[in-house]
Amino acid sequence: MTRLVIDPVTRVGGPLRVELDVQGGVVTDAWVAATMFRGLERTLIGRDPRDAWLMAQRVCGSCNGVHGLASVRAVEQALGIRIPANARLVRNLAAGAQLVTSHVTGFYRRQLPDWADLVAGATADPTAASELARSIGDSPASSASYFEVVRGRLAALVDSGQPGIFAPGTPGGGSRLTPAASLVVGAHSIEALEWRRSMTRLQTFLGGKSPHPQTLLVGGTALTPPWGGPVLATGEHPRRPQSSAPGALSERGLVALQSLIDGARDFVEGVYLPDVLYLADAYRDATEVGRGLGNLLAYGEFPEDDSDAPRLLLPRGRLMDGDLRTVDQVEEAGIAEAIGHAHYDGESGLVHPSDGRTEPRYHGPRPPVTSLEGAERYSWAKAPRYWDDPMEVGPAARIAVALATNGEPALIIRRVLADLGIAPEALGTTFGRIVAGAIEARLVVDRLAGWLAELRANLAAGDLAFADISAWNPDRWPVEAEGWSLAESPGGALGHWLRIRDRRIAAYQVIDGSTWNLSPRDDRGRRGALEEALVGTPVPDLAAPVDVLRTIHAFDPCPACAVH
Amino acid sequence: MIRPEDGLYAALTRRGMTRRAFLKFGAAMTAALALPATYAPRITAAIERAPRLPVIWLRGQACGGDTEAFLAAAGPSVGELLLDLLSVEYHETLMGTSGEAATAVVTSLADRYPDGYFAVVEGAIPTADDGMACTLGGRPFRDVVREVCNGALATIAVGACAFDGGTPASSGGATGSVGVADVAPDARLVSLPGCPMNVENLTATIAHYLAFDELPATDSRHRPYFAYGGLIHNLCERRAHFEFGEFVLAWGDEGAQKGWCLYKLGCKGPETFANCATVQYASGTSWNVKAGQGCIGCTMRRFWDAMGPAHARLPSTIPFAPTITADQIGLALVGGVAALTAVHGSATYARELRNKVVARRRAAAAGRVSADQLQDDPAPGATEPKAPEPAPSEPTPTEFAPTEPDAIDPAATDPAPADPRP
Repeated sequence: MTRLVIDPVTRVGGPLRVELDVQGGVVTDAWVAATMFRGLERTLIGRDPRDAWLMAQRVCGSCNGVHGLASVRAVEQALGIRIPANARLVRNLAAGAQLVTSHVTGFYRRQLPDWADLVAGATADPTAASELARSIGDSPASSASYFEVVRGRLAALVDSGQPGIFAPGTPGGGSRLTPAASLVVGAHSIEALEWRRSMTRLQTFLGGKSPHPQTLLVGGTALTPPWGGPVLATGEHPRRPQSSAPGALSERGLVALQSLIDGARDFVEGVYLPDVLYLADAYRDATEVGRGLGNLLAYGEFPEDDSDAPRLLLPRGRLMDGDLRTVDQVEEAGIAEAIGHAHYDGESGLVHPSDGRTEPRYHGPRPPVTSLEGAERYSWAKAPRYWDDPMEVGPAARIAVALATNGEPALIIRRVLADLGIAPEALGTTFGRIVAGAIEARLVVDRLAGWLAELRANLAAGDLAFADISAWNPDRWPVEAEGWSLAESPGGALGHWLRIRDRRIAAYQVIDGSTWNLSPRDDRGRRGALEEALVGTPVPDLAAPVDVLRTIHAFDPCPACAVH
Repeated sequence: MIRPEDGLYAALTRRGMTRRAFLKFGAAMTAALALPATYAPRITAAIERAPRLPVIWLRGQACGGDTEAFLAAAGPSVGELLLDLLSVEYHETLMGTSGEAATAVVTSLADRYPDGYFAVVEGAIPTADDGMACTLGGRPFRDVVREVCNGALATIAVGACAFDGGTPASSGGATGSVGVADVAPDARLVSLPGCPMNVENLTATIAHYLAFDELPATDSRHRPYFAYGGLIHNLCERRAHFEFGEFVLAWGDEGAQKGWCLYKLGCKGPETFANCATVQYASGTSWNVKAGQGCIGCTMRRFWDAMGPAHARLPSTIPFAPTITADQIGLALVGGVAALTAVHGSATYARELRNKVVARRRAAAAGRVSADQLQDDPAPGATEPKAPEPAPSEPTPTEFAPTEPDAIDPAATDPAPADPRP
C-alpha cells in the first residue's frame, strides 16, 4: 500500500490537501483536509446584526455575495421582516447570475485543464476546428479565420516557453481530444475570461462592486430607482449625480442589464453547454468514476413568490441511498455538525448549528507535515450530517432533486440527459457533476430575463418599494431572537444560523456546501462526500493521479468556504 | 525562458492589440498614477520595452476575492492580456499542476527566475501556534511568504487581509493574523488595501514599475499615494448634496431616490482614503456609493473594528483638509489623544506638502525632471518627518457605539416618497 499526498490541490477555492491509500492501482481510502482556518464565525460575534452580512459575505470572494444573502435572510427571519417583491427579484438576479458565472468559470478555469491539453491547439488545423465548432455549438465566433488567430496566440504562448495558466493540468494526462477540439475549447476558455468580465459588469451594476457587493440590506436592497421611477421623462432626476454609466434601475440601466443577461444566455446556450456535452461524449467512461455517497441534499433556491413557503426554481429535497425517485423532506432540525476529526475543541457527537461553537485548536502533526497518517484530527472543516447521514450537495444534488420533483425544470433536464444518452444515476459521478453544473446554468440563465421583466413591470406600475425598514430600529427588536436561512451557493446547500441578544450577534454558525462535500470523517468514522467519491478511483500512475484530480475538480470545491 | 526582446508591446500586438489601444492604455495608466499628462509618452515607451514579469501569487487566509477582482480586470481591456503577459507562474487557483510539481516552483525561485520575479500576496498570515491555521505543502504559510517575498524584486500585498490581517485579525479572531509587512519586513512592499483591492490600482502599480523600474511612492504603511492619497469624500459624486445638507435619512426614501448624501446612514467616505470615487469598478460601471450604500472604510487599518458599525456615523469626524494623508488619519481614528496632535500638526504639514507637489509639477511641466529624478524626489511624506506614530496601535476593538436613532429611525421621516408624477 502506498500513501499518495497531494498538497496543495490547485484549481480549488483555497488551501486543500488530499491523502490517499493506493493499492493495486486503485484508491482504497481517502482523507480530505482543508488546511486553512480564518474564524469568521468568531469575528462576527458582538457586531450589529444589520452589519453581519458585510462580514459574512467575506466567507467567500468567488461565490460572491451568496453568503451575504444567506446572512441577511437569517437576520430577517430572526426579526420577522418580509422583503418587498422588488428586493426578491434583485436578489434573485444577482444570485442567479453569480451561480451561472461560477459554473462557467469553474468549468473553463478549474475543470477543463484536466480533460483537454489546451496548448495542443497550437498545432490544430483552423478549418477543422471551425467545422467542429459549428457542428457542436452555436457560437458566433467560429470561422476558420477566427480559429487561425487563436491558434497563432496559443503558438506564441508555447514559443515563449511560458504557457502560464494554460499549461496542461497533469503532464501526460492523456487528453483524448484531437488538436482541433483542443483549439475549440481553448478558444472558448479565452472567450470565457472575456465573457466573465461582462458578468462582473452585471454584478457591479447590481452591487456597486464585485466581488463583495454592497447593496444588500436587512429588509431588502439599498438599490433605489431614480426619483419617480425609471420611466419619468428621460428617466433621471435632473439633480441626480451624473456619471458615465447609468444607475442600475434607471431606464438606461435596465436596458444595459437586459443586454448583459442576453449575452450570458447566448454564451451558456451556444458555447458552454455544447462544450460540456461534447466532452461528456468524449469521456463517456468518466460517468463510471467517482460515484459518491448516493445521499443527495438540496435546500433549494430562487424564491418565485413572496409567501412564507415560496415556490423555488430549484426545489428543496433529499434523495437517499441512490434512490432517485423518492424525494424526502428537508428539516432544519436534522442538520448537525461533528468535530471529532477536525481541529476544534468542544463536545463530541453531533451538535445542531444553533448550539454550535468554534473553538479552534490545531491537533495535527507539526511542520513539515509529511503525512496525516495516524492523526485523529486532520482537517479544519467540520463534519456536517443530516439526521446522522453524510450527504453530497451541489449541482448534482440540485439537478437530481429537481428531476425527481418533476417540476418545470425536469423537462429540460430529461432532454439533455436523453441527448447524451446517460441515466440520471450518472449525475452523481465525476463527469455527471460537471454535466449537472451545465444543465443548472442553463436553467437559471433562462430565468434571469424573466426576473428582470417582472422587475420592470413592477416599476412601470409604480411599485418603487425595494426595502421594508419597519424593523430597522433596534429599539423595536426583541431582547433575544434566533434566525437561520437555508439556501444554495453555487457549491451546494448553504445554511447560516445566528442568535441576536441585546442588539448584538451572540452566536453565528455557517455550514457551506463545500463543508458538506469536503467533510472529514464524523465521530462514527464515516467519510465525507469527496472522500467517499475518491475511494475506488483508478491510479495507474502515482506521478500523475489524473482521475483523482478530475474527481476533486468535478466537485468544484471551495475549502475557504468550507472552513470560513 | 524570458526573452528580453519580447517586450510588452510586442506581446500585446501579437495578441491583436492596436497601436492606438496601446497608447490609450499608456495614457490611462498615467492618469491612474496621477502623473501629469506629459508623462504619457514616457510611460508608453517604457512599457513598450519592458520584459515580461514572472509573478508568484500566494494565497493565505483569503476568501479569494482579490483573485476574483484580478480576473475581472477591465483596464482598457488589457487587464486580461496582462494576466498572460505577466506570466503568472504560480497561482493555486489558476495553475494546472498540483502537489509537489506546484510547490517546486516556489522552492526554486532563484534558479528559475534569475532575472527576478514579482510576488503578490493575497490573504492574511497566521502567526499564532506556529502559523498552523494556514499551511501549504505541509509548511506554515508564514515561512513561504517570508522566503518568496524576501527574494522578490517587489511584493504587492493585495486586499485588506494582506495589508494588516484584515478579517481574521478583527476582534474575535484567534489566529494571530498579520499582514505581509509584519512577516517580511525586509521585502520591497507595496500594499493595496481594500476588500477587495481595486484591480486598476494593481495594474497601475505594475505599469509604474515597468515604466520607471521603481515602485510608486508610498506612505509609511506602503500604500501608494496615487491610490490612497485622497479622501473618498473629496471626490464623491454625492458631495454636493453633503454641502447642501441633503441627506438620505432612511433606506429608499426620497433622498435615496434622488441620490443624496449617505453620510447620515453611516458612510465612511469622509474618513476613508481611497480612489474608489474616481476609478470605480468594472470600467467605471459603478461603485458602492453610487449603487446606494455608504462606504465601509475597507481600505483603512483595522477597518472592521475601527470603522464600524457600518450604519452609524463615526463619533468624531475628520477635518476635510484636502491634503491630509492616510497616515495621519490612521492616528486620528485609533490614537485618542495622539490624534489631536496629529490633526493639529497636519495644517503646517499639509502646507509643506502642497508646496512640494507644486514645485514638482512645475518642474515636470518644464520637462526638466526625468523619470529617475521623479523617483529620487520622493513623493511627499516618504521621507518627511512623520506626525507622531501612534503607540503601537494594537487593534483597540472599538466598543460599538449605540446606533443613533435620529439618523436611521424610519419613523422620523416618511419613507414613502411623494409621487412626483402628475
